[in-house]
Amino acid sequence: MDLKRRILELIERDARLSAKTLATMLEEDEGKIEELLSKMEKDKTILGYGTVINWENIGCDGITAMIDVKVIPEREVGFNNIAERIYRFPEVRCVYLMSGTYDLSVVVEGTNMKDVARFVSHKLSTLEHVQSTVTHFVLKRYKQDHFIFEEPKEDKRLVVSP
Amino acid sequence: MSGMESYISQAVKSIPPSGIRKFFDLVSQSEGVISLGVGEPDFVTPWHIREACLYSLEKGYTMYTSNSGLPELRDEIALYEKRKIGVEYEPNNQILVTVGVSEAIDIALRALLEPGDEVLVPEPCFVSYAPGTELAYGKAVAVETFDQDQYRLRPDSLAAKITPRSKVLILAYPNNPTGGIMYKEDLEALVDIIVKNDLIVISDEIYSELTYDGKHVSIASLPGMKDRTLVMDGFSKAFAMTGWRIGYACGHPDIIGAMTKIHQYTIMCAPIMAQKAAIEALRHGENQMRKMVEDYNYRRKLIVNNIRQIGLECFEPRGAFYCFPSIRNTGLSSEEFCEKLLFEEQVAVVPGNAFGSSGEGYIRCCYAASVSNIEEAVDRMGRLVNRHKNQ
Repeated sequence: MDLKRRILELIERDARLSAKTLATMLEEDEGKIEELLSKMEKDKTILGYGTVINWENIGCDGITAMIDVKVIPEREVGFNNIAERIYRFPEVRCVYLMSGTYDLSVVVEGTNMKDVARFVSHKLSTLEHVQSTVTHFVLKRYKQDHFIFEEPKEDKRLVVSP
Repeated sequence: MSGMESYISQAVKSIPPSGIRKFFDLVSQSEGVISLGVGEPDFVTPWHIREACLYSLEKGYTMYTSNSGLPELRDEIALYEKRKIGVEYEPNNQILVTVGVSEAIDIALRALLEPGDEVLVPEPCFVSYAPGTELAYGKAVAVETFDQDQYRLRPDSLAAKITPRSKVLILAYPNNPTGGIMYKEDLEALVDIIVKNDLIVISDEIYSELTYDGKHVSIASLPGMKDRTLVMDGFSKAFAMTGWRIGYACGHPDIIGAMTKIHQYTIMCAPIMAQKAAIEALRHGENQMRKMVEDYNYRRKLIVNNIRQIGLECFEPRGAFYCFPSIRNTGLSSEEFCEKLLFEEQVAVVPGNAFGSSGEGYIRCCYAASVSNIEEAVDRMGRLVNRHKNQ
């Protein structure tokens, strides 16, 4: 498998792996790994390094909504212009173009339900090409980006075995 | 009643207590320990396999199976062995599903040995072969393998230990604890001795999927060796299914038949839940298994590199998930080193002499652990090495 891909697969699961550790694991030169990482950062293969956080653990009760948006596409640009208008709002976490009964799936975060409601009624549904919206609030997170929220990460193995 | 020891049979009494057990008791009393002492994967069984087992329970599959195991499972095993080692076995009479490879080894030794027959056991090796032999009233004969030979079994070492009573040769490659493997030419070099001395080979291939240098070769695939070889494998390591206790043996119908006789009176059959899960593993488990192996391979490179950097010599393992560095330059024995490492640095590894006296001067480190635990554990080991080097 090509080296870039192997690097990406490893840091997708653990972004904190250092270039040195990656170099050892992949039997490559550390300088080469660093060079590839910065190249992929520049060409936006790597867009950023994030964390998956259970905010509830520190008492932060934000709210997340997934909004199905029906849109009238525009000549020449299709859905791109309207998607751009939407994703520029800082409260929007993700925007996807979907197949099926609606067009854009928009994930929005706010501090409370009112916040999100205001965003939908004032900003999103008033956009020119937006036909309709359906808002679903997230009630509980079980798993996100491969991580399970309420599973204790304990090693159940015997400490020493043959 | 106290003092019942006189009732215990001589065969059991004469077996020394396991070195691993002793160390396990020590480690269990300590807290905050990073353990590289385990002998199993750090993955849990892939969900699709667990789910298949749950489904079979829902459907009411809670009964005995035939002694040999479910026909569908034996069919899958036959296909799998053909893919993996290129040897064809007849599911009806050449495959026996067992409670792990451990059972397969036990009943094979009991089926084959007359009292006093000798079993050649290359060492260092997994802890069961010699006691299993003694319990079958045989005599285990250690054949040493060495670091400088990459722990491959040399024909001259084998030939030197052969006597008129030699009956069985155990080959356990990829090897626990050394990580050594036998390449095709290494196996070919043994065939003459095996045939000339009319030996039966028990080939424990439980780590075969965890081979990092080329593809695993089984001695059963060499000309003239299929009938003389019992191939044993299971699901514990490749599919992260240690606790399911499910494995199998493949070989000549006469030997498999004899083993089945013991199996039917002592075990009856392997648990049906584990058999159902094993079918799922063989039918659909390949992709996830390859991912796990790839992951072990990354960590193998990391641990070997880091151990060498703290000043210990370490053979690069070609298989399994252990490395077996030498701690001779610290001037400590294996047990002293492991105890100090545990009490002074809170890291558990297994003393090499637990795997036979030829393992003295070495320690077994399992790299089925997280990257950060491997790095931290080896750093701590480095502190201990520094304190004792050149003392």
